[in-house]
Amino acid sequence: MAETMTNGPSQTYVGTRTIRPDGVDKVTGRARFGADFNLPGQLIGRVLRSPHAHARIISIDTSRAEALPGVKAVITQDDFADQPSEFIPAGEMLMNYKDVVRNVMAREKALYEGHAVAAVAATSVAIARRALKLIDVKYEVLPHVIDVVEAMRPDAPILHDDLFTAGVEPKPEKPSNIAKRVEIVLGDIEAGFRKADVIVEREFKTAPVHQGYIEPHAALASVSEDGSTELWCSTQGHFIVRAHCARLLGLDIGKVRVTATEIGGGFGGKTVVYLEPLAIALSRKAKRPVKMVMSREEVFKASGPTSGATVRVKMGATKGGKFVAGFAELKYQAGAFQGSPVQPGVMCAYAPYDIENVKVIGYDVVSNRPKVAAYRAPGAPISEFAVESVVDEIAKKLDIDPIDLRMQNASREGTKAAYGPKLGPIGMEETLNAIKKTEHWNAPLRKWQGRGVASGFWFNIGGETSASLTVNEDGTVSLMAGTPDIGGLRASLAMVAADELGVPYDKVRPIIGDTGSLGFNFLTGGSRSAFSGSMAIVEAAKQIKTELCARACKLWDLKPDQVEFAGGQVKALGAAAEKFKPMSVADFAKVAGKTGGPIGGYGRINAQGAGPSLGTHLVDLEVDPETGRVTILRYTVAQDAGRAIHPSYVEGQFQGGAVQGIGWALNEEYIYGADGKLQNAGFLDYRMPVASDVPMIDAILVEVANPKHPYGVRGVGETPIVPPLGAIANAMEAATGIRFTELPMSPPKVLKALKERGLNKA
Amino acid sequence: MRYEAPESLEGAVALLAGATGEARVLAGGTDLLVQIRADIVDPELIVDIKKIAETRAVTEEKGGWRIGAAVTGAELKEHARLKQAWPGVVEAANLIGSTQVQGRATLGGNLCNGSPAADSVPALIAAGAVATLAGPQGKRDLPVEDVMLGPRTLALRKGEIVVSFLLPPRPPRSSDAYLRFIPRTEMDIAVVGAGVSVTIGGAGTITAARVSLGAVAARVLLVPEAAQAIVGSRLDAAAQQRLEAAARAACQPIDDKRGTTEFRIDVAGVLTRRAAMIALDRASAN
Amino acid sequence: MAKHHIETTVNGDEVEFLCETEETLLDVLRDTLHLTGSKEGCASGDCGACSVMLDGRLVCSCLVLGCEVGGRRVETIEGMAKGEKLHPLQQRFLEHAALQCGICTPGFLVASKALLERTPDPTEHEIRYWLAGNLCRCTGYDKIVSAVMDAAATMRKG
Repeated sequence: MAETMTNGPSQTYVGTRTIRPDGVDKVTGRARFGADFNLPGQLIGRVLRSPHAHARIISIDTSRAEALPGVKAVITQDDFADQPSEFIPAGEMLMNYKDVVRNVMAREKALYEGHAVAAVAATSVAIARRALKLIDVKYEVLPHVIDVVEAMRPDAPILHDDLFTAGVEPKPEKPSNIAKRVEIVLGDIEAGFRKADVIVEREFKTAPVHQGYIEPHAALASVSEDGSTELWCSTQGHFIVRAHCARLLGLDIGKVRVTATEIGGGFGGKTVVYLEPLAIALSRKAKRPVKMVMSREEVFKASGPTSGATVRVKMGATKGGKFVAGFAELKYQAGAFQGSPVQPGVMCAYAPYDIENVKVIGYDVVSNRPKVAAYRAPGAPISEFAVESVVDEIAKKLDIDPIDLRMQNASREGTKAAYGPKLGPIGMEETLNAIKKTEHWNAPLRKWQGRGVASGFWFNIGGETSASLTVNEDGTVSLMAGTPDIGGLRASLAMVAADELGVPYDKVRPIIGDTGSLGFNFLTGGSRSAFSGSMAIVEAAKQIKTELCARACKLWDLKPDQVEFAGGQVKALGAAAEKFKPMSVADFAKVAGKTGGPIGGYGRINAQGAGPSLGTHLVDLEVDPETGRVTILRYTVAQDAGRAIHPSYVEGQFQGGAVQGIGWALNEEYIYGADGKLQNAGFLDYRMPVASDVPMIDAILVEVANPKHPYGVRGVGETPIVPPLGAIANAMEAATGIRFTELPMSPPKVLKALKERGLNKA
Repeated sequence: MRYEAPESLEGAVALLAGATGEARVLAGGTDLLVQIRADIVDPELIVDIKKIAETRAVTEEKGGWRIGAAVTGAELKEHARLKQAWPGVVEAANLIGSTQVQGRATLGGNLCNGSPAADSVPALIAAGAVATLAGPQGKRDLPVEDVMLGPRTLALRKGEIVVSFLLPPRPPRSSDAYLRFIPRTEMDIAVVGAGVSVTIGGAGTITAARVSLGAVAARVLLVPEAAQAIVGSRLDAAAQQRLEAAARAACQPIDDKRGTTEFRIDVAGVLTRRAAMIALDRASAN
Repeated sequence: MAKHHIETTVNGDEVEFLCETEETLLDVLRDTLHLTGSKEGCASGDCGACSVMLDGRLVCSCLVLGCEVGGRRVETIEGMAKGEKLHPLQQRFLEHAALQCGICTPGFLVASKALLERTPDPTEHEIRYWLAGNLCRCTGYDKIVSAVMDAAATMRKG
């Protein structure tokens, strides 16, 4: 493992495994998630959804529903003003409000099975369900298209008459399902291929997969007569929810107060709005609070699974193993509206490697399935799956060890990435070395068992962050952050505050503040919450320390250069040290009123300098040649965390992402019928890994400090889902001799491939 | 929706026979509640049979075992002697769903839900189980393979319920096994299910066998040709091949989100062979 | 249609409530008794987030009707700690960081407790197969299994 950078104050807590302060509530059932909130007098809201994959909405008659006793409000597109076209960032993607308002409530067309077309609020669930059946919608069913390659064909059914492919010359005159073409270029790709001794070209296909959070979307809205709106919702970004709802409903942002409840998983899927604007609109109309919760079926049909894709990769290398050319063409489904993660997919495809000649093209393509939402390193698992598979083939062709081949070509500090920047220090080599040193790498394997390795890259982001620290009269510290805690953030920030201020960890109480309590916070996503949050806490602590030094100067009649804050105390320096006893934060708290008033700090930053996190995964698996069933035997993750504030929660990110990747590689997929309807909208047939499907996931924490963060921290949450697809595909090749290029590698596909080669015998 | 929990068979039968709208029997509820929530069924009457003593008992009867239709998989698992006599039946019942589901799911419900992929049914058929039904015209017995006629189609008449299952007396040196194919390790509906029961003679030769396949046709199949393929053998390589071929030949599966036709046929052969080997091992140890 | 009047015991307390036929035990616990510790993840018995004990048997409360529990004994996550004293499983889950978002945690704790009551010394294999009906999307199950094994060891020491 690489060196650890320990900047700044004493590190009593950072790097240790404290108990999270919000933990007791979570193990006792006391913690309140989205659906656990209730208000007196609340109504239950339910959504009517299109049964068709593609249809023009001719008319909606809500009169019979409105007449049903117990129904207090019914809404349709008429309750939402149309929005002009405007792109805004959401997570690592861009969204367009014209599309947002249509995704929240269909207007001209229903564009996927499950698309919201109306909603009701009623005094009970039973009445709400009955009311939905009384809404008459006349549809003109249209031909639909779901597969990305099918959707790109010139004769495909067109979803939007006003969508013309951006990024191509000359500007097209006919509308298309291809929303955008993007590309990145480095060097001269043709020249690169001419230098190659070996060239491998392959096409890959992946299916849409869902983030799979166990908690369905939930929102509770209460609108007053003067338009003041309170909203509780399960979200990764309550400030973003506030912005969207204010915009969609024509409200002042300051009049909307959003509380982020505890969130039962998001992984990017809860960075957008679905129920929230509906709940507010219903509450406004009914003049009572409205609670809305999605069923599991609705989550699958009407939230945002990631893209299915077709990817073509062509790589060239010299016989000595140097990569000289990397080409890829990515075609990603965006769902009903533009905005697939093809851009980050393009940017990350070759990012783990230092290659002089790179060209990656990407197409963002709409089709009749739900609009894509972010899913953990959006876009990157797909493109890097393809590249890591081809890298493995090159290693085989050249008879070079797959780790050595990656090492030889690894991106490092100073590498010019194909997507633009010169990379700072990164841990690609370190994670490869860490894997190579494991006992796992050399453990023996039996017949029908295979071992695969793959690396992965994700850039991570920083962004706008506001967080506060308040010193209470008894010396305890209240910490308020503004990015929802999806798994360990409060513990991490409390540890940073405790170390910065020199107070005991259990005297720091962190909460996630509502939108009325803090300045803007970008959402929890992009692996940014610990990275940016800790920077904001460091800034807030700095303000407190500066303030306390100033107060000491006043008390002791000293100049600023005669005092310093160190080890949790303000100390007089030099000769004055003998005269004045050091004062801790708690000491100042006791006399706060007399020495200037309440003590606090407020970090408001736009965090820059997020460093990419590199990871390398190693997997052993076994194939049952008679049935095609795959068992994961052993799994090791090595990933660069920069500096792990709380090692257990960093390991947890590694392990959770790896298991999501296992599901994506082997069994998870959206299965559509010929009618465009989703056939597996439940946990029975959308097959996520269960506890007996996976072994222990060994986690190796690598720390290559990020020089732009006061502690060296890098975001870690997303990278773990990037390597598993390639690692498992590579292990399948090792076990069977067959290169699988289509995900998931489910048993029927595996058995068929084995049978075709006469290999389906024990 | 009405809910009734009669304490006698007669009471249950009267309620079901007299129902004017849709009526459903509630045992474990692991299928019924899901279907009600999903709007697949909207019964006017639910008849909970768990208070009826005959449906909840496990008793020895004439050398065999009578298992109440509303005994849960978890309870079967805890019955040491039943498990020893019929390990295949007990393990099949305990493959349904999860630990939580096994805490409620019953053999009666698993059969009467009418899914050809039901896990416990191939094991019951391989065991030669006979279902006792009670209805307005009194009691009657039906071999389990004759109860489920097709998806959601049962041979039950109006007002009839399954009360219990009788597993026949076990000759010495007999045992059974149930295997299913699922893509994960737990939780999935069987893509193929194979139940095999064998009795072996002095020299270790199979003297009797029953083979049943689930999820490969519109109903759970009893496959006499597969049994014939191994009777008189010690499951040598040739017998195994005959067994696999007979199993595959009996399949008439569909393509669906859980498996293709081709896949089901191939795996049916493999699983039948594997289940037979386990049953043979267990019988040899008895 | 008149509601059912049900008298039962929840976490040792006698309770009574009214419910419609189609309301599940989960609906009753959450919406009528305000015990929101049991969660709805799927309402189809596939995720285990609603796990409770019914007469000492581990079940999904979304697969039990409210009107079935009259005279029975229901135990939920809310009854697991004794006053201020956490159950060893709860304590070990915290120490091992066996939870990230925490939505599946009540279900896992109830299910794990049921396992350890029957099998005080389970193997990793037994733990994973017993808990296969509890979905977790955050942790990858590793730390959950470690926590259960550690709690088992603690409980065996008495």
